[in-house]
Amino acid sequence: MNLTLKVWRQKDAKSPGRMVEYQAANIIPDMSFLEMLDVVNEGLIARGEEPIAFDSDCREGICGTCSLVINGIAHGGQRGTTACQLHMRHFQDGQTITIEPWRAKSFPVLKDLVTDRGAFDRIIQAGGFVSVNTGGTPDANALPVAKVDSDRAMDAAACIGCGACVAACKNASAMLFVSAKVSHLALLPQGKVERNQRVLNMVQQMDAEGFGNCTVTGSCEAVCPKEISLDFIARLNREYGKALLKGATGHKETV
Amino acid sequence: MSITNVFTSSIGKKYIMALTGMALFLFVVLHLLGNLQVFLGPEVLNRYGAFLQGNVELLWPARIVLLILVGLHIWSAIKLSAENKAARPQPYAQQELAAASYASRTMLMSGLIIAAFIVYHLLHFTVQVTAVNLTGKDFTKLMDAKQQHDVFAMMVTGFKQPVVVGAYVVAMFLLFLHLSHGVGAMFQSLGWKNPAHGPLIARFAEIISWFIFLGYISIPIAILLGYGSSYEGLTK
Repeated sequence: MNLTLKVWRQKDAKSPGRMVEYQAANIIPDMSFLEMLDVVNEGLIARGEEPIAFDSDCREGICGTCSLVINGIAHGGQRGTTACQLHMRHFQDGQTITIEPWRAKSFPVLKDLVTDRGAFDRIIQAGGFVSVNTGGTPDANALPVAKVDSDRAMDAAACIGCGACVAACKNASAMLFVSAKVSHLALLPQGKVERNQRVLNMVQQMDAEGFGNCTVTGSCEAVCPKEISLDFIARLNREYGKALLKGATGHKETV
Repeated sequence: MSITNVFTSSIGKKYIMALTGMALFLFVVLHLLGNLQVFLGPEVLNRYGAFLQGNVELLWPARIVLLILVGLHIWSAIKLSAENKAARPQPYAQQELAAASYASRTMLMSGLIIAAFIVYHLLHFTVQVTAVNLTGKDFTKLMDAKQQHDVFAMMVTGFKQPVVVGAYVVAMFLLFLHLSHGVGAMFQSLGWKNPAHGPLIARFAEIISWFIFLGYISIPIAILLGYGSSYEGLTK
C-alpha cells in the first residue's frame, strides 16, 4: 500500500506546529497503525530528518499510551480499539490520512503527536484511590458484593485512561474518564467509605485542569477503546449531587 | 465544599441548566395544553384567558419565576459554552464528531433563537403591541360578549398572517430540536438515568418533543386553513 500522511509536527511545547505531508510507501496491510509510523520514521531517519514523535507502550491495546487522532477520530474509528490495534487493512491504497495529537488545553502538546496527560494523574491523585491498605485478593464471598455491582464496577474499571474521550468531545470534557474512576470505586465496599469526599475532590481537580463540560453528545463513548458507557456520567452526576447534599464525610457509620 | 458549588463547579452548572430546563419544559407542556383549548371554542378559551389574568397576586409571581428560570438557563448556557470553547484553544485540522447529533451540537444557537422568539411572542400576544402583529388591529380592544378579553378572536386574527405563522412554525421547529436533545440530557445531567431506564427516557424525549412540536403548530396552521373564521367576535 502507498499512502499520503498529513501529520502534525511541532518542535516542542512552545513552538507553533503545522501539518506536514509525508508519503508512506510499501506498507503491508497487516501492519498496525503504529508499525506503519515506524516504517515512515525509519525512512525519515535514513534521510537525516527528525522522526515523528508519538506515544506508545504495550502495543496490545491495554495500556492507554497511544493517542492519535486519525482522520478526525480519536484512535481511528474502529469501535473498541486503540490506535495500536488498528491495522492498515482498514485503509485503502492511495488514501490520504491525517494524524493529529489529542487537542485540549489540559493536554498540552509536548512534541509532534505527544501530549502531556498529567492532568489525568492529578485527578487520580485528588481522590482516585482507596486510603486504607485492603490487602491481597479477598477470598470469594468474604466481602459481600452484589453480582450487578461487581459487573458494573468491572465495566468502569476497564478504563485505561488514554484520554480519547477528551480528544473526541467537542468540549474537551473529561467526564467519561472521571465518571469511570468515581463509579468503579464507589460501587465496591473498599471504595464506598470515601465516596463523597472522592467525587467532590476529583470533580474539583477536573474543573481546575480546565476541561470542558459534558453536553451529552455521546462522542466519548463512541471512541472509547474500552467502550465505557455514557451511563457512568449519569452515575457521576448522581454521586456528585449526593455528596454536595451530604457533605464530604456524609457516609453511614459502619462501626 | 458546600452547596454553593452548584454555581461554580462544572457539574453544578449542569444541574442548574437541567433543573431550570425541566421547569421550563413543564411550562411548555402546560402552556400547550392551555392553548389547545382553542379547539374547544371561543367560550372555553376566553374563560381560561380570564382565569389566568384574573389573579394578579399569582400571575406576577409566576411571571417573575419564569423570568428567573429563563435567566438562569441562559446564564449557565453562556458560562458553560465559554468554558467549553476555552477547553480546546487549538482546533483540529480535521474532526469527525463520532456520535454528536445535529441537535446536540446546536443547542446554544437553537436556544438563543428561541429566546428571541419568546420576546416576539410576548410582544405579540401578552403586551399586544399592534406594530408586531402585522394586522393593524389593536388586540387589547378585543372583547367578547361577557366583556372578557377575546383571546379566541386575538388568536384567529393574529394567525391569519402567513408571515407570523411561518415565524411561529420555524420557532417551534427549533424548540423541537432543542427539546429532542435537552429532555434526555436533563435526566443525564441530574443523574436520573441508568442502563435500565435509559432507553425509556430516550423514547420519552422523542415522543414528547414531537407532541410539543405538532401540538403547537397545529394551532396557527389550523387557523390559517380557516379554523375559527366564522366566529362572530371577529367582525367587531
